Amino acid sequence: MSWETVIGIEVHVELSTESKVFCGCKTRFGARPNTQVCPVCLGMPGVLPVLNRKAVEYCMKAALALNCEVSGRTKFDRKNYFYPDLPKAYQISQYDMPIGKNGWMDVEVDGKAKRIGIRRVHLEEETGKLVHAGDDITSAESSMIDFNRCGIPLIEIVSEADMRSADEARAYLVKLRSILLAIGVSDCKMEEGSMRCEANVSIRPEGSTEFGALTEMKNIASFKAVYKAIEFESKRQAKVLESGGRVRRETRHWDDLKSETVFMRSKEQAHDYRYFPEPDLVPLEIDRAWTDRVKDTIPELPDQRKARYVADYGLGQRESSLISDDMDLSTYFEKGIEAGAEAKALANWMTGELAAALNASGTEISSSKAGPAEMAELLGMVAKNEISGKTAKEVFAEVFAKGGSPRKMVEAMGLGQISGEEELRKAAVAVIDANPGPSADYIAGKENAIMFLVGQLMKATKGRANPKMANQLLKQELDGRKKNL
Amino acid sequence: MGIGRDEVMRIAELARLEFGEEDAAKYAKELDLILGYVAKLEEVGTEGKEALTHAQELVNVMRDDVPVEGLSQEQALMNAPARKGEFFLVPRIMDNSDED
Repeated sequence: MSWETVIGIEVHVELSTESKVFCGCKTRFGARPNTQVCPVCLGMPGVLPVLNRKAVEYCMKAALALNCEVSGRTKFDRKNYFYPDLPKAYQISQYDMPIGKNGWMDVEVDGKAKRIGIRRVHLEEETGKLVHAGDDITSAESSMIDFNRCGIPLIEIVSEADMRSADEARAYLVKLRSILLAIGVSDCKMEEGSMRCEANVSIRPEGSTEFGALTEMKNIASFKAVYKAIEFESKRQAKVLESGGRVRRETRHWDDLKSETVFMRSKEQAHDYRYFPEPDLVPLEIDRAWTDRVKDTIPELPDQRKARYVADYGLGQRESSLISDDMDLSTYFEKGIEAGAEAKALANWMTGELAAALNASGTEISSSKAGPAEMAELLGMVAKNEISGKTAKEVFAEVFAKGGSPRKMVEAMGLGQISGEEELRKAAVAVIDANPGPSADYIAGKENAIMFLVGQLMKATKGRANPKMANQLLKQELDGRKKNL
Repeated sequence: MGIGRDEVMRIAELARLEFGEEDAAKYAKELDLILGYVAKLEEVGTEGKEALTHAQELVNVMRDDVPVEGLSQEQALMNAPARKGEFFLVPRIMDNSDED
């Protein structure tokens, strides 16, 4: 049977405000444990939270950038549960009146556009961070807690279950990150945990309109892991169903080292959070004027960037969205152009050679040794016919592996094109003399024979000849001999 | 309506309270009385009325995003039942019910 995978994604993003959402504590990452805390975020008795205006505006900004309706009247709610990273034993969140709802985002996968619904965007507080003491999580006798993170503003972005493949899920996340970075509300660092995602995955027979039982996957720490986890999980579910089993509604943990999901807890004993309106905070009223003011602060978003790349640089639709949907690719592209690279050639390399090398080595483009400046230098040499396309690829591979200046690499390796006409003419004469048959064919009128000779000349010069010039010189030489016959 | 023993036990579990069967029966009765008292509210017509989410009429009480000094690490940890170096110490977490 052929199965269709259905995916919904929840993303949590820490907002980059200076202070926490309900108290004035600093939010700096990497501070010594428990040094950015106060009675409010430690959950001491008798304290009162006061809402950070900027956190609200950042949440509104994210909601607006995701085409959400921004609520007129909203409020905060208590989500009650016991866990040591939550000193109050409840989290201030938003339950039934999120700041943003009913939005959407367009992604492009394999040249096909797809609209993904955004169910809601709401504001809540971050929890503390648990550090497990002892040898490892399972043998640890106790856990240590750092409350610096507790109370940092967090937004939760919930998509509709509109994605149908791991590729679409990845495209959604890449573009979401790109949008959030563009509007400057978060640094979206997955490695520092300021952006985290959970994927809800279910499968159903192709053509079916009903949803299957879903599993929720946690501990996904990179976009690559999202992709792998969804691929693994949909195959696992298919295997369960095909062997006559039933997919259980449960939470699973992604083990990145083993590349598999493992059972964490059953969803059937669902939590009862007993949400109720937060009595310590008054309601929030967001009027049209405030919404408009926040809207005015939204800069160019990936979709507009895409249109600009097409209009200003003549890029194709597909490569344009490939680059513009990804903030890191866009930054690379624009820095490359600033460094003098020709836009189309740069885009070609970025979506071709560079993308392949990054993929094969598992490197992020932001840490590529062949950076935008190096790429611009390399492409500049190609444009000026100083090196051939083939040489450029060799040089690129070297620069990608070791770093350094492409120009210096070309000089050191003696890969520069033979630009001196005399030098190349000498080589051309040698090629003609060494290949009397094809040379005679050309002179006799078989013009195609020139191709063979050009090939020989390129070989003789180890690809360092400019093919156009090689062609020209060979023709000149042979035409001269023809006249002298 | 009527709150039964099972519901009392469930609420007890959610609130991390521990008591015996005898107390459960007592609390069931008491909770029932409270709910019965509040049930009078259901007689009031609320059709078409927006739910009141706060007793105050205030809205939009906010502060600017300006950091202020909090507690020192020593102050923060001084009331901790247990600590380890710079951290609060809690018993080993048994289940994995981490949430966001």
